[in-house]
Amino acid sequence: MSSIIRSNPVLFVLFVQLFLSLLSSALAIAPASSDGYSISGRVKVPGLLGKVLGSPGGKISNVKVILNGGQSITYLRPDGYFSFHNMSAGTHLIEVSAIGYFFSPVRVDVSARNPGKVQAALTETRRGLTELVLEPLREEHYYEIREPFNIMSVVKSPMGLMMGFMLVVVFLMPKLMENMDPEEMKRAQEEMRSSGVPSLANLMPGTARSN
Amino acid sequence: MAIRFFLVVLLFLSCTTPSFSLYEDQVGLMDWHQQYIGKVKHAVFHTQKTGRKRVVVSTEENVVASLDLRHGEIFWRHVLGTNDVVDGIEIALGKYIITLSSDGSILRAWNLPDGQMVWESFLQGSKHSKPLLLVLTNLKVDKDNVILVSSKGCLHAVSSIDGEVLWRKDFTAESLEVQKVIQLHDSGKIYVVGFAGSSQFHVYKINALDGELLKHESATFSGGFVGEVALVSSDTLVALDATRTVLVTIVFKDGEIKFQQTYISNLVGDTSGVVMILPSTLKGTFALKINTLMLFIRVTGEGKLEVVEKVDHATVVSDALSFSEDKQAFAVVQHGGNKIHLTVKLGDDWNSDLVKENIEMDHLRGHVHKVFVNNYVRTDRSHGFRALIVMEDHSLLLVQQGKIVWNREDSLASIIDVTTSELPVEKDGVSVAKVEHNLFEWLKGHLLKLKGTLMLASAEDVVAIQAIRLKSSKKSKMTRDHNGFRKLLIVLTKAGKFFALHSGDGRVVWSLLLPSLRKSEACDNPTGLNVYQWQIPHHHAMDENPSVLVVGRCGFSSNAPGVLSFVDAYTGKELNSLDLAHSIVQVIPLPFTDSTEQRLHLLVDADRRVHLYPKTPEAKSTFEQEISNIYWYSVEADNGIIKGHVIKSKCIGKGADDFCYDTGNLWSIVFPSESEKIIATVTRKPNEVVHTQAKVSVDQDVMYKYISKNLLFVATVSPKASGTIGSVDPEESSLVAYLIDTVSGRILHRMTHHGAQGPVHAVFSENWVVYHYFNLRAHRYEMSVIEIYDQSRAENKDVLKLILGKHNLTAPVSSYSRPEVVTKSQSYYFTHSVKAIAVTLTAKGITSKQLLIGTIGDQVLALDKRFLDPRRSINPTQAEKEEGIIPLTDALPIIPQSYITHSLKVEGLRGIITVPAKLESTTLVFSYGVDLFFTRLAPSRTYDSLTEDFSYALLLITIVALVAAIFVTWVLSEKKELREKWR
Repeated sequence: MSSIIRSNPVLFVLFVQLFLSLLSSALAIAPASSDGYSISGRVKVPGLLGKVLGSPGGKISNVKVILNGGQSITYLRPDGYFSFHNMSAGTHLIEVSAIGYFFSPVRVDVSARNPGKVQAALTETRRGLTELVLEPLREEHYYEIREPFNIMSVVKSPMGLMMGFMLVVVFLMPKLMENMDPEEMKRAQEEMRSSGVPSLANLMPGTARSN
Repeated sequence: MAIRFFLVVLLFLSCTTPSFSLYEDQVGLMDWHQQYIGKVKHAVFHTQKTGRKRVVVSTEENVVASLDLRHGEIFWRHVLGTNDVVDGIEIALGKYIITLSSDGSILRAWNLPDGQMVWESFLQGSKHSKPLLLVLTNLKVDKDNVILVSSKGCLHAVSSIDGEVLWRKDFTAESLEVQKVIQLHDSGKIYVVGFAGSSQFHVYKINALDGELLKHESATFSGGFVGEVALVSSDTLVALDATRTVLVTIVFKDGEIKFQQTYISNLVGDTSGVVMILPSTLKGTFALKINTLMLFIRVTGEGKLEVVEKVDHATVVSDALSFSEDKQAFAVVQHGGNKIHLTVKLGDDWNSDLVKENIEMDHLRGHVHKVFVNNYVRTDRSHGFRALIVMEDHSLLLVQQGKIVWNREDSLASIIDVTTSELPVEKDGVSVAKVEHNLFEWLKGHLLKLKGTLMLASAEDVVAIQAIRLKSSKKSKMTRDHNGFRKLLIVLTKAGKFFALHSGDGRVVWSLLLPSLRKSEACDNPTGLNVYQWQIPHHHAMDENPSVLVVGRCGFSSNAPGVLSFVDAYTGKELNSLDLAHSIVQVIPLPFTDSTEQRLHLLVDADRRVHLYPKTPEAKSTFEQEISNIYWYSVEADNGIIKGHVIKSKCIGKGADDFCYDTGNLWSIVFPSESEKIIATVTRKPNEVVHTQAKVSVDQDVMYKYISKNLLFVATVSPKASGTIGSVDPEESSLVAYLIDTVSGRILHRMTHHGAQGPVHAVFSENWVVYHYFNLRAHRYEMSVIEIYDQSRAENKDVLKLILGKHNLTAPVSSYSRPEVVTKSQSYYFTHSVKAIAVTLTAKGITSKQLLIGTIGDQVLALDKRFLDPRRSINPTQAEKEEGIIPLTDALPIIPQSYITHSLKVEGLRGIITVPAKLESTTLVFSYGVDLFFTRLAPSRTYDSLTEDFSYALLLITIVALVAAIFVTWVLSEKKELREKWR
């Protein structure tokens, strides 16, 4: 057996998936009774099962599974399983509410014609599910994370930029002036004197330049 | 050059995305969160000798919660679905809480320490019947307790370890209405008693272990039964006959059923009024209620009845509690002045008082509604009793040794309506401004803050920073602040209790159990409807306190007579109350006030007459000047009609007074009942301020918003699609959105979404409406936006025309004229189901708007309006990008940092209220459900004030550093100049 796996892992994965998909139909839906259909599935959150997070609400006992926007609400068992009863045939929507995790709503089709058949798909990613195992798409962090102290953040802050600008003016401008040709400098100064005091209007583009 | 540079810096600063976000250490600075449970229905105590003592309760808000018996805090809590009403609650195996809910169809077990659901089982049955829950504690089989549930016409036995149904006995064939399940002492046998039809009485003896039917007897009583029984002992029942005049004692001993009749008139002389058997389980005694009288009647050996005591109806009795081997006790609570008298009596002896206590009780709590009793063993091995009392105002109290140990204000879990009031202005001499502490401390504080922002603070420093922040914010002061952050939130609850909460920390400033909304002989089922701001002292009446108007009615139907109550917003005293002769269907606050700043209100009654309040000649004259400009509309959702109304003439005939007017029908829109059903209507908030009418787009084009206070958004769906998701095919379902002018009845816009269905949640603001619905084709939720623009003003773009005065901008906007409007709309997917939508309101309407979306997970998400802009396209041009148009995506983004409730939940979320602060950038948000949550939002960041964590120390240090730099460079340049000169 092991040699087969080694030789063709793809085939093995396909085989396992086929096996699971056969299993899933039995897992996900119970035969129709007089009261309608039952759906059961499982919520799988890596790291959440059994573990109590620091934040309030970050517990498996506070995970809710919601059918059709609040028609009925159920909770998870310690092993993550949940079930809905008394459902009509048709297309339903299952949402999972868990603080700290983002779950995609799941579209579940309960077929009336061939009882026992159920189809599920994540509505966010349009990915089909072979069995009704709901996993979070991503974790949600509700707080901004304070960046640890580094010199760049100080430099980037408005204060830092102001300081930087001042430093540039103080230390670099004289250097620039030095490199200028003395004659050119004199000419520029004269030009400045002739055109008067530089005003704000001169710096504005367009209109002011005409006069 | 320098200016350009600064422009770049400014641009850089403004480019940072304006999203609401919070650092973890800022939690609790601007927001508060309170958890409630609602009015307690059932309670079970868990008081072992070791470990924490708790009481597990279920409430009318469908909450199952475990409370600390010492302090009343919540250990854990679950808010079940809205139609998952809890029928019963029990403890099994000493570690599981068993709840029966949803009309006896769902049985769940919760782990007692942490509230984890252990198992859930669904009980099937075809018929509706009274749900009963019983845990057979005495009977242990393999360490398992058997749970017996009678519901849906069947009796189920369920294992308490894993929720497996052990056996099931169907009584539907006999059409038996099970009344009681009785456990026989120490044997595995139970009695199931009930009525079949109206007159047949059945007793089944069943083996609880395997469901085997041991014996079945039945007897017919000619008088018939009403269906109320009291269990007196394990083989004696007392029932009422069909006429409610005869008490029937049923004894089913040794295989025979005996009836014995006693006329109630023989027990009490006068028997006018409805007789009821109260559902208490006492031993040998039962309680009977006749009108305002309560009787305790003892059943003696041979089925004879004798009255033990007569008390008034405000007396409450607990269930019996067995405390030592075979002793049972129960508690009786009676009222007397501002005290309540708690007596605990021994089960079979009425005259034995185990405990007799008088407890001082705030009269604002009203009558006692329920009492649960529990015992404990004192150090001297005698028995002590504690009682859990539920009051009329839904508060929960624990009473022990004559004192109230703790209390919970649980009516705040059922808020009906909210309004706000300003706090009093700070007067000179009233509160002395605190002298600023010395400079050193001030600097030290700011250095600490600086350390915090630079992440150099230690744990103790962080605590110190929090303390400084809380102290410096002065958020819980009782006066008006400069920024308008401090307000009073005035809430009306289902209990008829009225609260003022301080927006700073959420504490109750005052509370009032409204006398007009209390149950009385005149008013059987008073219900509160709405709260309005009645008087807002502004210009003329500065010295008066603001007041609010509470509107209620006596009963549930819309033609029940109305009740008005006026309450002072500062003191919480009821100023006046009116019992109206007419009903209240609709309340219209008018935009007029009288000389004392009382707002004029129109009350529409069920006969379509309107009544003006306040009833003063002054108000009347103000009103009659404006009478021709008053229009309103009514929505009859059941008939699919929207009607517009005007005032026609003075009232004539019955009940007419000077302040009553007859109305006329101006227009009506009838939706075809076979294809459309109204499911949502929404208008703009009357107090919303719009800053600018024009919207300048990138290409220097001007769009004029169509801003009218008279716009109504209506959503209809095809009747088939009004059920839940999954009950209809996309082909059969469509949703139509309308924009209707409520003065002229004109439909300005109509849009059909094929393959869509409700529920629809919508919000209307300025010239746009956003609505949330379900798209059946994609099987996802969608949100659409409609923006409406005025086309008749669109030509006013020419500058020349504006200069020459050839524009129509000064022409009055009239609702009578036919507007030329254009609408733009766009739709996006949205992930979650929605419970409520609101929009941020600011003082001047300049700040950009955010939508506040209450999701199904009971969180509140802030979503920028820019994401719902119909001008979004897949590839916006450079100019459009600069204007802030976001590239079009098919779904709206959910950014976790923009959940304003951060890691908290507002369990059972029902509504979101926004109130503008005085500071333009800021809005106050209050969301309520079973929990309350309040926070302050700045949709475009606080551009008009420094944030609370602004570091003055850093500013100071920078200035000092700059000054130092100036000196250093000055010295350096002097030196350099000197050197140059020497050269």
